[in-house]
Amino acid sequence: MKKRKLEENIFKGLMIVSLLLVFAALAGIILVVAVKGLSSLNLSMIIETPKGGYYLGKEGGIANAIVGSLYLMAGATISAFIISLPAALALQKEYLSRRFADFTRLILDILWGTPSIVYGAFGFVIMVFLGMRASLLGGIVVLTLLIIPIMIRAMDEAIRLVPFELKEMAYALGTTRAETTLAVVLKQSLPGIFTAVILAFGRGIGDAASILFTAGYTDEIPTSLLDPVASLPLAVFFQIGTPVPEVQARAYAAALILLFIVMLINIIARLLGWRFAKNIVR
Amino acid sequence: MSNSLKKRKAKDIIAAVFARSFLIFIIFLALLIIFGLFLKARPILSIVSLPELLFSSSWHPMKNEFGLFPFIIGTIEVTLLAMIIALPICMLTSIYLSEYAKRRFREISRFFIDILAGIPSVVYGLCGILVVVPFVEFTGELIGIQTTGYSLLAGGIVLAVMVIPFIVSISMEVLRMVPEPYRESALALGATRWETVKYVILKKARSGLIAATVLGFARAFGETMAVLMVVGNVAQVPKSVFDAAYPLPALIANNYGEVMSIPLYDAALMSAALILMLIVTIFSLTAHYALLKLGKTI
Amino acid sequence: MSRIKIKQLSISYGNHQVLKNVSLDIPDRQIIAVIGPSGCGKTTLLKSMNRLLDLNEDVAVKGEIFIDGENIYRPDIDVTALRKRVGFLPQHPYPLPMSIFDNVAFGPKIHGLDISSTPAVSGAQEETGKKEGMRRFVEHYLSLAGLWDEVKDRLHSPAAKLSIGQQQRLALARVLSIEPEIILADEPTSALDPISAKLVETQFKILKQDYTIIFVTHILRQAKRLADYIIFLYMGDLVEHATAGQFFSEPRDEKTRAYITGEIS
Repeated sequence: MKKRKLEENIFKGLMIVSLLLVFAALAGIILVVAVKGLSSLNLSMIIETPKGGYYLGKEGGIANAIVGSLYLMAGATISAFIISLPAALALQKEYLSRRFADFTRLILDILWGTPSIVYGAFGFVIMVFLGMRASLLGGIVVLTLLIIPIMIRAMDEAIRLVPFELKEMAYALGTTRAETTLAVVLKQSLPGIFTAVILAFGRGIGDAASILFTAGYTDEIPTSLLDPVASLPLAVFFQIGTPVPEVQARAYAAALILLFIVMLINIIARLLGWRFAKNIVR
Repeated sequence: MSNSLKKRKAKDIIAAVFARSFLIFIIFLALLIIFGLFLKARPILSIVSLPELLFSSSWHPMKNEFGLFPFIIGTIEVTLLAMIIALPICMLTSIYLSEYAKRRFREISRFFIDILAGIPSVVYGLCGILVVVPFVEFTGELIGIQTTGYSLLAGGIVLAVMVIPFIVSISMEVLRMVPEPYRESALALGATRWETVKYVILKKARSGLIAATVLGFARAFGETMAVLMVVGNVAQVPKSVFDAAYPLPALIANNYGEVMSIPLYDAALMSAALILMLIVTIFSLTAHYALLKLGKTI
Repeated sequence: MSRIKIKQLSISYGNHQVLKNVSLDIPDRQIIAVIGPSGCGKTTLLKSMNRLLDLNEDVAVKGEIFIDGENIYRPDIDVTALRKRVGFLPQHPYPLPMSIFDNVAFGPKIHGLDISSTPAVSGAQEETGKKEGMRRFVEHYLSLAGLWDEVKDRLHSPAAKLSIGQQQRLALARVLSIEPEIILADEPTSALDPISAKLVETQFKILKQDYTIIFVTHILRQAKRLADYIIFLYMGDLVEHATAGQFFSEPRDEKTRAYITGEIS
């Protein structure tokens, strides 16, 4: 009996240590980024573009990267949403045989697991094929492809949570598939769909490997879809390595803003999900 | 059939065709990625054989020598190291949260774990440079090994922290899938919590936990930026964890900008991307079937 | 004269046969109870009558069901139109994710029903306009389901906020709103408290003047209380069907007798 108690306590202790380690990692990351970032963050950092080149310039901020990331993600989120929503709705069993739906989900899982550097390389191949240069458009296309599987799978999960009896209810009134989907399924799964979009946005905005060759990097704010564009993750990546402290500071500030956006998104996804839940049947 | 009914029917069919065509696009996309990478990678085989590509250690693009072996080994080693560090922590954490913690605490913890999972890889990389690299350098000095800190070990640690929230979140879900009666009946027999976990829960959830691990492995395998920033990037087969390594994703990321100047360089990098894609696909398939099996046993 | 005729109906899910060669005529404008032990095919029989079974995977239907002389399993039959004529009340109410008002207005809206010709509104619409017409329409059916007085002050609040008993009567109002001729109900009171159940039963008795109501129940006493006609299924076989009086006082089949007396359940 004593030995059993001991074993129980040892493992429980190990578990608590593990949990604390995980929390410590999170706290540590936030702390490091906050301390480094806050000391380099000021107004001109946010509203000015770099002066004199991003590797060397001592003046200016990261407005180019902030605006660039927002441009990229606005484009990618909207286009991914347009593709993902119908696709996720088509995964309902009214539209596909179970076999084909399962197969599609498997493909989506594979795409979801595909490293972003592979998307980047693939995107680059396509762009070379089309004679395009690294640009806002290229970045948007690759980021769209990157977040589509995330969005569809998350939407699919939300849609599958709609109770079958509820759909049966609508069909019993004589509705078509499209009518049931619009009036019942979409409404019922709205919070989940919203969360899917937000999470995909959060995943996309932090990704660097996919846009490394497809979006490029520049000190300017792009004025057309074919201009290259800066982004927050690449601002961190390119500027951390320089020996110039002022440039490094820009990396820290970019990291802080990025971290802030991603955390904000996680919180919004959870809190706002509830506000949409007014008409939801549970 | 009335007119309005005909109209409703027509709308329904158009909507169905429209929605399905998007799914077809997704499947087409997956095939296109693999096929596109394959087409671009194939020319490399005209100058090196497949075994040479995979197992030769000489990487001299200027001299047409493309041996990917150091990079493949680098990827495998940094991933394995990360998993060795991460797995025990993941399993213990998810067991605690699923089996010991109260609902409220579990939900709050899940929220923090989701935040950790959402942190962009460049931020992990940045913290790696600021904290982990100096730590490894210091440790190396303590035990008398010359190192810059940019090493396999640093990459492994950073990667471990990155995959932990990912694996924990899946494992927790898997453990929660084990129906309550299993716990009750074990506890009713007088088993301790840990015995319940050890003899009942882990057995029931085994294939799911394997899936979580495999998915974590796949995620670590393809991770680029964070590793690239701390692992050193020297094309060699590392002799110890304090040596620098050069994983495949880092190879692609570092060199893509200059592919145009050297013939067949892009084919070599594409074959690296193809290898990554194929291996990750195999992992995804494994996890998929493990989860299917879990669904059947529970 | 009977409007619903079932001929040699067999239904199976994969290898599992649920209904075996069932043939019967169902009387009009009565309450018909389908009874039998659980898993005997009651719900399957019910859902076969408005083809809700189609939503299940690998279900195979053999035989024919005629409603007004038309085989509803003919391939060219229009399922949405069929379901408009044959309403369905589920076991668990599941309000649609919208307001109380919209739950009732939804059916007529999608079917493009001309509500001015319905008894609820008849003629009033010219004077009062379309909006008022729909309001009267909703009021009519909520009253018919015995719910109007309880919800008239909060028609636009979410239906999900109603109590479960109210939700079930809302479901009844929703079924009635598409003006069906036949109502199918799958254990309509099993999820309800006794008082709400009583309210639903009372509505059924009122409604049978205009509708044929077929309901599934596993409560023998409820069938006795409510039904004019009984259909008894046992392990997928149609054992006996007769008027309630005859069924309970002079059962012809041994299994029926055993079931009524509680020897089997």
